[in-house]
Amino acid sequence: MIEFSLSDEQKALKEMVRRFVEKEVIPNAARFDESGEFPKEIINHAWELGIMNTAIPQKFGGLGLGVLDEVIINEELGAGCLGITTSIMVNNLALYPILLGGTDEQIKDLVLPFLESPKLAAFCLSEPGSGSDAGSLSTHAEDKGDHYVLNGSKMWISNGGVADLFTVFATADKSLKTKGILCLAVDAKSPGIHLGKPENKMGQRSSDTRSITFEGVKVPKKNLIAKPGEGFRLALKTLDHTRTPTASAAVGGARAAMNHSIKYAKERKQFNQAIASFQAIQFMLADMATKVESGRLLCYQAAWNLDNGNHDIARYYSALAKRLSADMAMEVATDAVQIFGGYGYTKEYPVEKIMRDVKLMQIYEGTSQVQRVVIARYLLQD
Amino acid sequence: MSVFLVGEHKEGQLKRVTLEILGELLKQGTTPTVVLLGKGGMDSIAADIAKKGPTKVVCLENAALETYSTEGYANSLYAFLSKQGATAVVAGATSQGKDFMPRLAAKFQSGFAADCTEIKVVGDKVTVRRPVYAGKCTKAVEFLKSPAVFTVRPNVFPPAPDKGASAAVEKAAAEVGNIRAKIAQVIASTVKKVELTEADVIISGGRSLKNAENFKILQDCANVIGAAVGASRAAVDAGYAPHDMQVGQTGKTVSPKLYIACGISGAIQHLAGMRTSKVIVAINKDPEAPIFQKADYGIVGDLFEVVPLLTEELKKLKAQS
Amino acid sequence: MNIFVMLKQVPDTETKIKVTADKSNIEKNDIKWIINPYDEFAIEEALKTKERLKEGTVTAVTVGPDRTVEALRTAVAMGADNAIHVKTDDVVDTFQVAKALSEVLKKESAQIVFTGKQAIDDDQAATFGFVSELVDWPSASVIVKVEIAPDKKSLKAERDVEGGTRHIIEMPIPCVLAVDKGINTPRYASLPGIMKAKKKEIKVYSFADLGVTGGPTVKESDYQLPPERSAGKKITGDAATQVKELVRMLREEAKVI
Repeated sequence: MIEFSLSDEQKALKEMVRRFVEKEVIPNAARFDESGEFPKEIINHAWELGIMNTAIPQKFGGLGLGVLDEVIINEELGAGCLGITTSIMVNNLALYPILLGGTDEQIKDLVLPFLESPKLAAFCLSEPGSGSDAGSLSTHAEDKGDHYVLNGSKMWISNGGVADLFTVFATADKSLKTKGILCLAVDAKSPGIHLGKPENKMGQRSSDTRSITFEGVKVPKKNLIAKPGEGFRLALKTLDHTRTPTASAAVGGARAAMNHSIKYAKERKQFNQAIASFQAIQFMLADMATKVESGRLLCYQAAWNLDNGNHDIARYYSALAKRLSADMAMEVATDAVQIFGGYGYTKEYPVEKIMRDVKLMQIYEGTSQVQRVVIARYLLQD
Repeated sequence: MSVFLVGEHKEGQLKRVTLEILGELLKQGTTPTVVLLGKGGMDSIAADIAKKGPTKVVCLENAALETYSTEGYANSLYAFLSKQGATAVVAGATSQGKDFMPRLAAKFQSGFAADCTEIKVVGDKVTVRRPVYAGKCTKAVEFLKSPAVFTVRPNVFPPAPDKGASAAVEKAAAEVGNIRAKIAQVIASTVKKVELTEADVIISGGRSLKNAENFKILQDCANVIGAAVGASRAAVDAGYAPHDMQVGQTGKTVSPKLYIACGISGAIQHLAGMRTSKVIVAINKDPEAPIFQKADYGIVGDLFEVVPLLTEELKKLKAQS
Repeated sequence: MNIFVMLKQVPDTETKIKVTADKSNIEKNDIKWIINPYDEFAIEEALKTKERLKEGTVTAVTVGPDRTVEALRTAVAMGADNAIHVKTDDVVDTFQVAKALSEVLKKESAQIVFTGKQAIDDDQAATFGFVSELVDWPSASVIVKVEIAPDKKSLKAERDVEGGTRHIIEMPIPCVLAVDKGINTPRYASLPGIMKAKKKEIKVYSFADLGVTGGPTVKESDYQLPPERSAGKKITGDAATQVKELVRMLREEAKVI
């Protein structure tokens, strides 16, 4: 039977994150957006509340929560600030390859420290020359017997400047194409790592995004996750898990934009009446709600499938969720600015920030175009 | 009806709320006995009350009642009233009243209603009306047991006028019982700057203040009633007030009982910060200013003339309390 | 030290209040229920007290139907050690609730009892007083600071009264304290806390179990919404007249000063 209600614990979780966001994220979001400063204290507090790294299994001392719980957390965080949400989210992204492909030893060694203190991690797949075509990455890992030597550059790395651990995808042999890719867990303090300057981004400005250059970086063999040649599949499997929570963050952003618009439309008067009495505005609000609800439902369905081990169909639903949520969030945010009119175009009101923030949802963790490729592939398979 | 009104006094002065309740009870056709508690020396206060026409004034005296204590008051009143066949016991819903009256009601094991804003006496029965859900609605309360114990909100009823009456003043020893919670120290207030988001009353100024010094006019008014001072974005942008005083979309959101907007036009960004205020007063030279559409009371006038007069009028009002 | 918190589940502050057709109450369907905000300060103070004393247990107790268990789980998620639910589906008044709570406190040998100064639905600020009297312990209300004596046999509680004067009240333990906002900053329920709370066993009592009998002491009826905010009045006359009239109306009509 279909069940549409959340459990008591899920409701309690949603409420707790919502309050945290209301008290600590929302009052500070504009300030961090303006300055581009990394909100370490807020992230630390999120860590203390236990809402980071939720996927670490219980047998290792983690909460072992599923994707649906991440979805719930991310929608609330996204409604507060997408920049802060990304900083929190990408930890799961970076740790998933180890959780999915690593040995228990590796998990204990590399992941458990994240339960002991608010460390941060970064997922390093994209490069200056490879984004959607992730399989064509060039960062090279040379096998030196008991260690690898990494050379190359990664681009658009979220948490790049603040991470303690990098999960790096590199190739041992470019001629093998995707079959040459391996995954290495790299200590951020390793000699030879050069951090680029933080990117001066359009939105999600409190998220630390940089290029990272590896120059002869030595990585011990014990940090090789899964086998050489399995790296690309591991990356895709990881993205299968994180795509849906990311989509949910977009739903949160859209929801916030919609709620701001509803409130404003009731207050703003033109032609002697609240603009909420004009059908043009009402229709925009109705469309916003339709989009937000649809996005949420797809996220829930994708999460449910992931949590129930239906990986193939989960990939399909995750792509649907990400594609729809990201694209609709951009539409909703744009309409929100429109409803606010001139006021919406200024930083005095929160909607222009949401519009700038939400644009990235259509680009990262798989562009909306790549999502359509995944969807079509599923539909056309034999 | 045998109604007993517990009077409240401080440093030789009767609190206005006692006379307000007395006035309303008399209006409702019932003459209460007013009870005062203290170590002694309440004669002039008692005489004052006696002139307003209660049945009589009873001074319950005990050295232990020199300072207020929850148990001292609850015990003394119960010991006295339980022998009087009281059908109703009332006090002001002040800090003190809210503190001891529930204990007194529990001693009587009878019904209690707090912070009442309406009293109705019909024959031998008293019903009250009180606000609930932070005043979003009110409800009527009937007491099913005797005595009816209730507190009345201050500043709701006009005080009882002098009738030239001369009710009897009696004294009795207060049976204070065992007082376990005692005030060990009293620290007089230091003038604290009222935090904008916590203030019950806010007086705000706009660009019409013309400069930072003029904000003193608002501060003088605020000081009389313990209000906080706010400012519109225009005033802050012009440098007349610091950013932490700004009320509005990018400033603070406030929800006081009373918001007085002086020389503020009422643009939507300002309204966003204060529109949930319970009562809004606007003072502005421009009769077409949008703020008048949101205000409950408006004065079209020059704030430089009106606000100082308001300060004086409020000083007069405070003196009466 | 056996620290107790009496808490109440109330409708969320944002709830739009609607009166039922027969005016006997407010519409209670579709309400979001929360822990009374003042009780959250009480929970936090209880937890802080345990932390300061470096010993003791914190028990949360509430009276009401099954939905109130959620409030208890939130208290446990915040860090309370135990929870007690006095289950009743009947409509009970403040005094009946106080009787039940006082029996629990006696039965469980509570020592320091915290509660919020008032519940934001009923706004009576009476439960703490009723309970203290029924258990016959000293009490103080509107407390903004608590300090336990080193011998743990008494405490000092601070409150502000009209005029900003501060009273420091000393009393022996056991006692009941009703706290005001600003005494502390309530912590969030952490996610691990929420998960642990899910499994926590909650002790359940009925009114009968506690030997609480007796009907209500008051009858409440005729709920009314305040009159709609009427259009603003522009006060006329010269400045002095306008001001006099404004102050009069603010005092007598609006009743805000």
